Amino acid sequence: MLVLDRVRRVFQSGPDRVVALGGIDLELAAGDFLTVIGSNGAGKTTLLNVIAGVIPPTEGRIRIGGIDVTAVSAHRRARRCARIVQNPLTGTAPSMTIAENLAIASRRSGRRLRCAIDRHRRSEMAEMLRTLGMGLERRLDDPVQLLSGGERQALTVVMATLARPDLLLLDEHTAALDPANVARIARLTRAFIEDLGITTIMITHNMEQALELGNRLMMMHKGEIVCDLAGEEKRRASVGQLVEWFTASHIADDELLLERSH
Amino acid sequence: MAAILLHAAEQGLVYGIAALGVFITYRILAFPDLTVDGSFVTGAAVASSLLVYSRFDPVSVMAIAFAAGALAGLITGVLNTRLGIKDLLAGVLTMIMLYSINLRIMGRPNISLLRVETLTRAVGRSVPWLGDASVLVFLAIVVIAVKLLLDLFFRTEIGLALRATGDNEAMIVAHGVNPKTMKMVGLAVSNGLVALSGGLVAHYSGFADVGMGLGTIVTGLAAVIIGGSLIRSRRIGWMTASVLIGSLIYRTAVMLALRYGYIVGFQASDLKLVTSLLVVVALVVPAIRGRLMRRVDACSS
Repeated sequence: MLVLDRVRRVFQSGPDRVVALGGIDLELAAGDFLTVIGSNGAGKTTLLNVIAGVIPPTEGRIRIGGIDVTAVSAHRRARRCARIVQNPLTGTAPSMTIAENLAIASRRSGRRLRCAIDRHRRSEMAEMLRTLGMGLERRLDDPVQLLSGGERQALTVVMATLARPDLLLLDEHTAALDPANVARIARLTRAFIEDLGITTIMITHNMEQALELGNRLMMMHKGEIVCDLAGEEKRRASVGQLVEWFTASHIADDELLLERSH
Repeated sequence: MAAILLHAAEQGLVYGIAALGVFITYRILAFPDLTVDGSFVTGAAVASSLLVYSRFDPVSVMAIAFAAGALAGLITGVLNTRLGIKDLLAGVLTMIMLYSINLRIMGRPNISLLRVETLTRAVGRSVPWLGDASVLVFLAIVVIAVKLLLDLFFRTEIGLALRATGDNEAMIVAHGVNPKTMKMVGLAVSNGLVALSGGLVAHYSGFADVGMGLGTIVTGLAAVIIGGSLIRSRRIGWMTASVLIGSLIYRTAVMLALRYGYIVGFQASDLKLVTSLLVVVALVVPAIRGRLMRRVDACSS
């Protein structure tokens, strides 16, 4: 489904060179749900940005669904790959209504001069929003800027999954919300992913969440993958173990790198 | 007085189409497009020369004027999105290029339409029973048709994508839309409308002049801002209506200022200064109001 082949990304600012991604090899099968943890500056966000096409890699190839997309622009890649970031303001058009935002999200290519919202589409939208249990189905004609952060992020999740992408990239998409909404949006996201069976990569700072969700877990440090757990191994892992790895990776990077590959 | 108001209403309508064009770039796309000062004249030049030199019928010259304006908008779009020139400079460059092109189209600095059958004259002749109001009624029908078409366009899939491009560019990229394409579409439609307005103004006033586009951006902005401050709806139908109402109010104010302004020592030549100052005030007031509000909040808390 997704293959990263020795993907490197180096940021150059003046004389300083920062290696954000140091040659990442990664392969996800269709339906995989990968959670990614790691300290600040580990390269997690850069990884998602490179996959989404927002940042080009310095070296390496990216394939989605068997197609090499390394040179494909972000908006074209977005037709198969959805991304949600931390800031709830990023995923929606503020001065447009909920219905208009949903209408934009329901189609990722082949836009034409045809009416975007008819009565049938409106009732479909209301139906879909009702499942959120937030009362948004009664506010279809409200501009999105009137919604709270939690409501906006819930709408963003709906919009991201509406066109059934092959790949979903979540960049700490619950981190900017209050605790009640964190749980709600996490539950919602999980339901959508499981219902639609979308291949997903989720960055999180919450180790419990990283363990609870998905079938694969990866820890990054300084642009490298320092540990990669799947299946049974991931199910048995505990927060304590992760913390141990986490601290260990800061002390002895090289040892862990060796450990990872065997 | 009635004659003044009739005149003001006609002008408000005919320049209202240009204001709708400015609305698309300034409000919808958040793209300050100065191409309009040139494309307005391009519309007038095309609609006049084709009528005088080539004997086209008055309706098709308007369609061709629209297309010529759209092409001008595309040039700005290419300069900005493909060649990476900043939005303001891209518009200025096209505007200056158009000055030469407009002179080429007309073959001389101005064309008189006094001795040919213009669109407005043809209308006046075909509905004689409307008398003096015939042009006003005709312009109202044209302008309302343009407004409704534009509203429909903004409700299509492409129209929604265009609006979202100005609202949140990152969001629209994430939904598979190329914002560069959307800017091109917006600039084309906008300058098409501005050129159509220019063509209608030429037919309505009986001449085209290479300098007639000066300040189109400012008068367009004046209409957009006046209308937007009166009608604060975010619904597209109300927004386009507010632009036309803003244009009518602006033109009425101009007419009254030209007629009675001498009392306060106002000359016709002061018009552009006053209009620009009006736009400056309209742009600055919300910012100052916001700063005052914050200060009040800070004091009370």
